[in-house]
Amino acid sequence: MTRDPGAQPERTRLAWRRTTLSFALVVALAGRGVATAEGARGAGALLVATTALLWVAFLALAHHRIRTLTAHRQPPPAGATVPAATAVVAATALCAGALLAGPW
Amino acid sequence: MIRKVLDTVRLWFSPQRLRAEGVTPDYRFSLANERTFLAWLRTALALLAGGIAVDQFLTDLRWAVRTTIALVLLAGGALCAIRAVNHWVRSERAMRRGDDLPASRFPALLAIGTVLTALLVIGAVLLGRAGA
Repeated sequence: MTRDPGAQPERTRLAWRRTTLSFALVVALAGRGVATAEGARGAGALLVATTALLWVAFLALAHHRIRTLTAHRQPPPAGATVPAATAVVAATALCAGALLAGPW
Repeated sequence: MIRKVLDTVRLWFSPQRLRAEGVTPDYRFSLANERTFLAWLRTALALLAGGIAVDQFLTDLRWAVRTTIALVLLAGGALCAIRAVNHWVRSERAMRRGDDLPASRFPALLAIGTVLTALLVIGAVLLGRAGA
């Protein structure tokens, strides 16, 4: 089996990986805000927990896509994974917006 | 206009409708389009991180100023994410139909928005310094 000269599936796999990593940074930053806040922070912690869950959802999407990219020599287009990934990021934006209303 | 928007939104969520159009392009083009989408998604995430960082680190600014800048960044992030999927679907469709790739004003608008936000932050920090 000859490798694709452009290493396209590998590059796309790594793109998913680094996007997941960027997302993790956003969650960590949001977590930092709640961890350093003074006083009651129940709602803030809940919002950060939601962003963490959204990150896990993104991780699952990325993992699924990476497996597809690895399994096929000519992988099919991303299809529904793309709008799903967008929805997860948009939901994270909403959570971050709600966090602004704090300190919770 | 609204019809057109609804049509595009429907297309985001129905890749099988996309597949009914034209011919499947070389898989490498689709993967390149996917990576472009992910790059835009990272831009969106970077804007979200920026918004959260402004709220956490520019605590010397007045609450209203700080929250406005943070909200602008967060809204920009959400906009980038939506634009990412929209551009992906339009490029994919153009490739299937053999059309030219869609032209877009969005990068220019994003650049201008970034400059304005930077100026706003610089102004706010300088004024805060002067007031202190």
